[in-house]
Amino acid sequence: MADPKRLKIRVDPDKCQGHNRCKAVAPELFVLDDYGNAREAGDGTVPAGMEDKAYLAKSNCPEFAVEIIED
Amino acid sequence: MRARPPVTDWATDFDHLDPRWVTDPFPIWDEMRTACPIAHTERFQGVYFPSRYADVRAVAYDTDHFSSRRIIVRETPPPPIPAPPITSDPPEHRPARMVLLPAFTPDAIKKLEPRTRALCNELIDKFIARGTADAAVEYAQEIPVRLIAHMLGLPENDGDLYRRWIKMVLEDGITDINAVIQASTEMQQYFMQHVQARQQAPGDDLISYLTTVEFKGQRLTPENVIGSLRLLLIAGIDTTWSGIGSCIWHLAKTPPDRIRLVKEPDLMPLAIEEFLRAYAPVTMAREVKQETTINGCTFKPGRMVLLSFPAANRDPEMFPDADKVVIDRKENRHAAFGLGIHRCIGSNLARLEMTVAVEELLKRIPEFTLDGNVTWSEGTVRGPRKLPIRFA
Ligand code: HEM
Ligand code: SF4
Repeated sequence: MADPKRLKIRVDPDKCQGHNRCKAVAPELFVLDDYGNAREAGDGTVPAGMEDKAYLAKSNCPEFAVEIIED
Repeated sequence: MRARPPVTDWATDFDHLDPRWVTDPFPIWDEMRTACPIAHTERFQGVYFPSRYADVRAVAYDTDHFSSRRIIVRETPPPPIPAPPITSDPPEHRPARMVLLPAFTPDAIKKLEPRTRALCNELIDKFIARGTADAAVEYAQEIPVRLIAHMLGLPENDGDLYRRWIKMVLEDGITDINAVIQASTEMQQYFMQHVQARQQAPGDDLISYLTTVEFKGQRLTPENVIGSLRLLLIAGIDTTWSGIGSCIWHLAKTPPDRIRLVKEPDLMPLAIEEFLRAYAPVTMAREVKQETTINGCTFKPGRMVLLSFPAANRDPEMFPDADKVVIDRKENRHAAFGLGIHRCIGSNLARLEMTVAVEELLKRIPEFTLDGNVTWSEGTVRGPRKLPIRFA
């Protein structure tokens, strides 16, 4: 794959119910609060090489709370 | 026991305790999904059964029209026995849930992993030399009972008591309301003495956490604490027992999947999610609070809705090859732990128990087959209750 697009992830806090699937499949991309609800790590930028993991997190979130934005 | 006549039409007269449903519900749900995606019955004083993922999701999300004050379909509704947060609706639900959540985050649960592994091996030690075992009774059942006791700081050997109460609430209680009331009274007495002891001398366990945690500057009342303990016991044991049992059942009857997991242990997390999807143990219910229409079906107030996460998980519109167990399925938004605000608080614990139970069993006994008749529980929680395996 030549020069993949830069991706950004975002967790919609109103949709997230803390299933922790995102954290399980892509631990580098998410952080959890004291209640187990997820947030994107840092500003959500997906480091190069981790695009697949980002999509995996999105497609395993039962609440459809993970969004991916292509820059 | 079976006063109800056999079912002749699943769309308008279903009975979720019918022996055919209990043994193998999947073909029935597939038929319903195409013929009548929101089935109903006049049995149990009126119940609806959505079988499509989208409709299950719609009901789970709509807390305005569907209440959790009754979450089990029974022949006679009991006097309400509140068990917040599972029986709560907004706005009471959120604070009751927030108190429990910190004890169940992935980091908090991770600490239980060593005890879980040790526990699984202690159980395997007891039957490995025999060459046969009832994997439901001697293995799957014992793990959640002992682990929850460990977590609460109670004697691991009190498991028999817990199982008795759970059976009274979840199974006998469907047709015999006195069983529910009796179990609640016994649990109340049992937990009261432990709560009082922790108030005197708190330790490093979940009961101590609950007796000392402050919410908006206030401690929980002993009644609140006991309510939560009752819920954790009822919600955490049969469910996980069933989840572990279904994994083992599948692996016993599907050698290629078992062999693959032995060879590729890294697949375990995906496989566990797939088992949760395909054999989701828990079907909840809601009471219709206000009339509403979903997918062309009108829901009448006072009636119940079975919220079948297991049926939703088999919907081919949501999951390609929904009727196949694909242990390396990559996209898996299954609903085994519910959808929306009541998402299972114990999901991280349940996943740990299931993963470790299957891993340790495969390490010690990589080859096993079914060895006789399997029986299944009925009602709210579905899983094997007799699971004879042979490995000699
Ligand atoms: C494989 C095992 C399990 C399954 C399949 C399961 C499934 C579920 C489901 C579907 C719900 C949603 C209920 C609803 O929508 O009304 C739920 C809620 C709940 N579960 Fe589990 N559960 C499991 C294990 C556990 C364990 C181990 C615990 C704790 C020790 C637990 C504690 C709870 C609690 C407290 C709730 C209520 C959450 C709320 O209402 O906010 N569960 N569970
Ligand atoms: S998988 Fe979805 S619901 Fe679960 S923690 Fe991640 S974002 Fe939240």
